[in-house]
Amino acid sequence: MTATDAAAGSATATALADLRQVWRMRAFEERVRELRLAGDAVGSIHLGIGQEGVAVGASGLIGPDDAVFATYRGHSWAIACGVEPEALFAEILGRATGVNGGRGGSAHLTAPGHGFFGENSIVGAGAPIACGAALAGRHDGTDRVALTVFGDGAMNQGAVHEAMNFAAAFSLPVVFLCENNSWSELTPIDEMVGQPELFRRAAGYGMPGERIDGNDPEQVRDRLGDAFEVAREGGGPTLVEAMTQRLVGHYIGDADQYRRPGERERDAENEPVALLTRRLRDAGTSDDDIAGAERAAREEMESASAAALAAPLADPTTAKEHLYA
Amino acid sequence: MPDTAVSPASTATETRELTYGEAVNAALRRCLDEIPETLLYGEDIATPGGVFGVTRGLRRDFGDRVFDTPISESAILGSAVGAAMLGRRPIVEIMWVDFSLVAFDQVVNQLANVRYVSRGELTAPVTIRTQQGSAPGACAQHSQSLEALFLHVPGLRVCMPWTAQDAYDLLVAAVHSDDPVLVIENRTLYPTGKGPVRLGGPVQTPGGLRVRRKGSDATVVTWGAMTARVLEAAATLAEQGISLEVLETVWLNPFPTDEVVASAARTGALAVVHEANTTGGFGAEVVARVAGAGVALRVPPLRLGLPDSRVPAAPSLVAGLLPGAGDISESVRDWLHSA
Repeated sequence: MTATDAAAGSATATALADLRQVWRMRAFEERVRELRLAGDAVGSIHLGIGQEGVAVGASGLIGPDDAVFATYRGHSWAIACGVEPEALFAEILGRATGVNGGRGGSAHLTAPGHGFFGENSIVGAGAPIACGAALAGRHDGTDRVALTVFGDGAMNQGAVHEAMNFAAAFSLPVVFLCENNSWSELTPIDEMVGQPELFRRAAGYGMPGERIDGNDPEQVRDRLGDAFEVAREGGGPTLVEAMTQRLVGHYIGDADQYRRPGERERDAENEPVALLTRRLRDAGTSDDDIAGAERAAREEMESASAAALAAPLADPTTAKEHLYA
Repeated sequence: MPDTAVSPASTATETRELTYGEAVNAALRRCLDEIPETLLYGEDIATPGGVFGVTRGLRRDFGDRVFDTPISESAILGSAVGAAMLGRRPIVEIMWVDFSLVAFDQVVNQLANVRYVSRGELTAPVTIRTQQGSAPGACAQHSQSLEALFLHVPGLRVCMPWTAQDAYDLLVAAVHSDDPVLVIENRTLYPTGKGPVRLGGPVQTPGGLRVRRKGSDATVVTWGAMTARVLEAAATLAEQGISLEVLETVWLNPFPTDEVVASAARTGALAVVHEANTTGGFGAEVVARVAGAGVALRVPPLRLGLPDSRVPAAPSLVAGLLPGAGDISESVRDWLHSA
């Protein structure tokens, strides 16, 4: 085997591992959708089906002292941080065994033991909080990087502006990761900004910014990895705009009738399962291996959700606990 | 994530002559000194020493744990939430309480939810120092008394010191608390109240009240700078044979309901006086708690406050709205005579 062959083999193995991880996130969320439609889960649930490539690419970059702040479309980020799917299902199902015992729900999953400092239901609110995690690292002797993930819509929130300036002014190790799925909830981002290339705003804060293909975990790993390295070495914050797409509605129940002509076809071609499957086929990976990635993920999520469903509901007599020290 | 370990508090005490503002400074100095996890930041607080001079000298003595920030309340409060989640104990200043409104999300949706939503796996021991209230010539957006907004938010502790000693004690208690605490000071008090302040000593637990005057005809509950006017009114009424019990409830959350109820039951009359607007003011809650406890009052409760108005700039207009000591003594006398 030549060095080139070995590199190609390793790239293929990575792509297959990425596909498996994309499928774990997707199978998780498809199962969540079934549970919501069946009425086992209730309330407003926001899925990120189609956007998994970003979280998969980022997952290997997150170190033990790092802190991740996601949004209400953050199930995949919890999985990327290594939180057990059963505890996530249980949380979404309001079970006592949920990762937050039912206090968080789909939109506030939090698992600090995994570096996952939580989802947030307020658009853009996680960005200033991430600055604080980075600030803490400056005083606690760690080389923490704080990763704050938000959508294109959050780029129009004042809190995000304040956070970007705060991080840049103090050269804080924050990575601002914008998952641009082109829809700010139900409204197209390009109609809500004067400059749709959102990464260009970084220059105004005096930090690097770039746009990457969020569907390709390999590219995310590489480019976001650079941002992590810069932050860890004291070079301050970076804005990374990862282009992606949401294949489903804003929330479960969104009629999703607002898509533009040709959009769905383009999305279906670009999304990470399609991209990675093509890449693996081109590299000669067997259909069996490719199908196996999906099958294993579905089995895992079927069994994790069954276990979560069997767990007791959160106990109403504990509802007032944990308000104060 | 475990609560931040707080170093044992110094038990050595000394007494110094300090103003209210100097007492705040002394409390910050003590906390920065004895809790290595503390950070102190806000607009103009470090190198300039604060617009009221309250944080003077702390940057010099504590280095980069004390720093100035952009004029960005969301970034100040949000970063405090994040730093606290990761084991720091931030003390942040919001220069005027009115400015907290531009970042209310970080207080109500974020800070107050950290412990609850994470089932205590995360905590947010953040101290927010701010100041509020009317002062001559202050405009509509620098004069409000907004404590009721924060008291509507479970998860937040709220206190309002009036004396220099309490400015010290309450702030030290706030920083040591594992809960987020809002300390609402009053800028008119910063240069005043010079007197002996006991420094050091055991850290108080949030809660409790100050019985500023014992009396038998009516219980008057008040807090903040209004306490001075109530005490002046009480002195006036004492000369007329009316004996008021004045309770300064320095802690509004936790609120000393039992003590207030007991006093009202003893005097049979309850008045609440605050600088905030009457409607939805915390005085309404105090009245409701006493009523809810079944206390039989011989006269319907009295609430005095800003009569549901915006706050004008001209001092003569403010005088037409905010109850002064004379207004309070008159209102209370008429009220008690109506019984």
